[in-house]
Amino acid sequence: MPSGGHLLSVLIFFPAVGAAALMMLRGDDHRFIRSIAMLVAAAEFLFSLLLLRGVPIGASGYQLEEFAKWIPAPPIHYHLGVDGISMFLVLLTTFLTPISVLASWHSIQHRVKVFFVVLLLLEVGVVGVFLSLDLFLFFLFWELMLIPMAFLIGIWGHERRVYAAVKFVLYTMAGSILMLVGIVWLYNATGTFDLPTIQQMLANGQLVLEPRTEMLLFLAFFVAFAVKVPVFPLHTWLPDAHVEAPTAGSVMLAGVLLKLGTYGMLRFCLPLFPEASHRAARWVAVLAIIGIIYGALVSLVQPNLKKLVAYSSVSHLGFVVLGIFAFHNISMQGAVFQMLAHGVSTGALFLLVGMLFDRRHTFEISEFGGLSTPMPKLAAFFLFVALSSLGLPMLNGFVGEFLILLGTYQRHWGWAAWAALGVILSACYLLWSYQRVFFGDITREKNRTLPDVSVRESWVLATMAIVILWMGVGSPFITRRTAAAAQTVIDQVEPQWAYEAAAHAKAKAHGNNVSSYAAHTMTVERLGNR
Amino acid sequence: MLPQAIDLHRVLPELIWSAFGVLVMFLQPFVRRRQFFTFLALFGSLAGTVAAATAFVHGGPGFHGLVQSDSFTFFFRLLVGSVSFLVVLAAGPYLDREELPIAEFYALLFFATAGMGVLASAQELLTAFIGLEMSSISSYVLAGYRRDSLKSSESAMKYFLLGSFATAFFLYGIALVYGATGTTLLDKMALSDGAGTLLKLGLALILIGLGFKVAAAPFQVWTPDVYEGAPTPVTALFSAGPKAAAFALLLRIFATVPAATKYWFWAFWVLAALTMFAGNLGALVQTNMKRLLAYSSIAHAGYILVAFAAVTSMAQGGSEEAAPAYAAVLFYLLSYALVKLGAFTIVSQLGGTGEKNLSLDDYAGLSERQPFVAAMLSIYLLSLLGLPVTAGFFGKFYIFKAAVNSHLISLAVLMAINSVIGAYYYLRVIVVMYMREPSAEAAAAGPVPFPIGVNAVLLITFVGTILFGVYPNPVINFILRPSLFAH
Repeated sequence: MPSGGHLLSVLIFFPAVGAAALMMLRGDDHRFIRSIAMLVAAAEFLFSLLLLRGVPIGASGYQLEEFAKWIPAPPIHYHLGVDGISMFLVLLTTFLTPISVLASWHSIQHRVKVFFVVLLLLEVGVVGVFLSLDLFLFFLFWELMLIPMAFLIGIWGHERRVYAAVKFVLYTMAGSILMLVGIVWLYNATGTFDLPTIQQMLANGQLVLEPRTEMLLFLAFFVAFAVKVPVFPLHTWLPDAHVEAPTAGSVMLAGVLLKLGTYGMLRFCLPLFPEASHRAARWVAVLAIIGIIYGALVSLVQPNLKKLVAYSSVSHLGFVVLGIFAFHNISMQGAVFQMLAHGVSTGALFLLVGMLFDRRHTFEISEFGGLSTPMPKLAAFFLFVALSSLGLPMLNGFVGEFLILLGTYQRHWGWAAWAALGVILSACYLLWSYQRVFFGDITREKNRTLPDVSVRESWVLATMAIVILWMGVGSPFITRRTAAAAQTVIDQVEPQWAYEAAAHAKAKAHGNNVSSYAAHTMTVERLGNR
Repeated sequence: MLPQAIDLHRVLPELIWSAFGVLVMFLQPFVRRRQFFTFLALFGSLAGTVAAATAFVHGGPGFHGLVQSDSFTFFFRLLVGSVSFLVVLAAGPYLDREELPIAEFYALLFFATAGMGVLASAQELLTAFIGLEMSSISSYVLAGYRRDSLKSSESAMKYFLLGSFATAFFLYGIALVYGATGTTLLDKMALSDGAGTLLKLGLALILIGLGFKVAAAPFQVWTPDVYEGAPTPVTALFSAGPKAAAFALLLRIFATVPAATKYWFWAFWVLAALTMFAGNLGALVQTNMKRLLAYSSIAHAGYILVAFAAVTSMAQGGSEEAAPAYAAVLFYLLSYALVKLGAFTIVSQLGGTGEKNLSLDDYAGLSERQPFVAAMLSIYLLSLLGLPVTAGFFGKFYIFKAAVNSHLISLAVLMAINSVIGAYYYLRVIVVMYMREPSAEAAAAGPVPFPIGVNAVLLITFVGTILFGVYPNPVINFILRPSLFAH
């Protein structure tokens, strides 16, 4: 047993214990229930901070591993582990959960106890997905988080909530059940569900998949993840789910759940099926670019503010997928960073949209206008978050998008050129919608007397703003810790590339032209030392 | 040729169940207290189930090979015994509520259980036929037990007519197989190299007969009507017991007669695909809970048939390789029985006197009126759907694994598609319970009382569903043992 003890298990099951405790409480003391939920979520966040100590900078491979036998036939293990990438995604989850609890403080008045129980169970599923190293266990958590999310949308959502919840579940399940077939197939080929073991077998040539099989397996996994991301054209569940979900549901959905898809691609698709990933990369990139531009264009014409933010997610996640499938260290790091940045920024945007909804009970942009007069503070926060989302330098969105574009450009400049359109468009739709909502004359009498942010809300928003700023200026704190893990993924997907790189580096040592790889390495170092 | 004591040991559970059936009938005119019979029935079904252990300890072929008492038989005796125990628990309050005679019900239940036990232990086709008839005839009567209800009578009539038709197929198949091989003993049949058209035809007829019993498409048409009309505890029995026993006989035939597997692979492939789609597509449009669950049970028979296709495809490579596929069927039947019993018991209780409240609309807002019941039913439905932490998840997983193992990828993908179709209607029920407001009437009526027997059923099935969903090891270890079938 490594020295990490049971930190990862604690992280997964602590919210479950909290949920169980909540269930024991009487349902009518809402204040008490909220406080307990907040306490659990906050404690979970503090626990998760211990991960930063447990994952040394630059260490490759999984840390804090836990391993126990679970089911003998077929051999399924309770195998957990964390690396630089999953650590930050767990931190994102544990950070957004207390934020969601605070966001639901007053807006959830109906079946309060169940709401927080479900929210905490969702956290269990998500953290479990990020920490599982056994394919079976991964799948288990993957399916497990579906139901809490469906409940969040279906019970506490808006008018068309049931439709949205069912659509969400069916889409995800259609993808994931094929993944189950893929997982079983992979088990048949390898005799194990253990991810590190399978990776080892691939590395030392024990496992060789024939191209067709590999492609089918890749697709089985990829489609499951692509639904979750969502990659165009599998995105149609997302706007519905977002618009109908309560604020906390949207925050968790955009902030964390979408990242499960891109995380899955990073963790499973690329390392397990490198050849197929290469062959598919071009098509995936095309879909990603369509997603980027399409998402942005739809956002541009959205009359519904929440839908606008939802479609902007399609666009932003397109960047992440592109960064992953460019197979470049920098773009890979950028993708990871963008996942985190998008989680915080879009989470914050949904919070703000939710606050507008709490005041006006509508998402229609035309219902707003001139809001900066009655609510200057909210307007200021909104501007800050919108700027971070559109990628203003110094704020978090910039770092991710820049790294993705930089890395992608090195491999395929055409992809980067198309994707860059998305950056411009995101400025358009965010600023334009901001203008329509907050500037100009007040067109609706009701808007004149709207209250500005309350103390609780301003604490929530200030926390988000600080994190956004910190991620923007302190990005090396994150990139230094994800570098090794990102490089591991690159090595796994592209052993050949690593080989070439070594050759280039040697050439450089001999005084030849500075190779492109050397340039990349230097960029990485610069970023790392900034 | 008198039976030895050891022979009797090997059929002890069936003897006990039959004896209790007779005893109940005998006491019926003398004892008026209804509770007495319930306790007697509980005791009897439990005694038979416990006796399965004795039969297992004294395992081996009985009556010159007519029956076989091995691990496989033990598993199924435990299963059908527990099913009948749980049905008694759930039926007591139901019969009181509906003011139906109680003793006859238990007597019929005992005979049906004994028949299922015979079916599971038979190693000879005529013995199997007797088992099939015992369980079927009792089932026909049980289906029509609510004599005053038109639907119940219709159910019994349909079940009887179509059922006897199917039995005729089965019997005719036996005759042909006997003609081809000169024996009805399965183990002898394995040795005879009799092949050819006659044997194929005979096996096909047997398959049709059993296909009817397990509600495989295209022999499934009776299922929704019969399930809907029968008293709900009986429906619970139908979906768990006779189906498992018929599947048991099929498995036994595979395990002992290699010739059967050779011919049946494509038949099972097609049956599985048809049955899954027939069940799931049919269920999509149902608004009556009993019918919905009936269609769902057709769909689940389809999933089990996928494992059968895997068995037939693997068995040609030796029974060693087919072991996981056998295990998949056994585990699935267990998890499925637990869940269906639980779900039907809830449906039975919520149905109210005369089984009036069976429509999906009656479940609106159940989570607010009866949160625990709604949560339980949700767990059962999620298990049927195959979501993790329920036994259904492992059941489905093992079938997937068996299918992929046998390179039946296309069938596995069809099953995956069907799981998603299935997700829709299971979710619909959950949605109605959690996301719709209760009707004013229902809210005014207040919660439906759940008597202790019903609660006991729910507790047992719920604990079983979750336990085997988290820790299936004991069951899996048992059914994966190499000596599952004794030859």
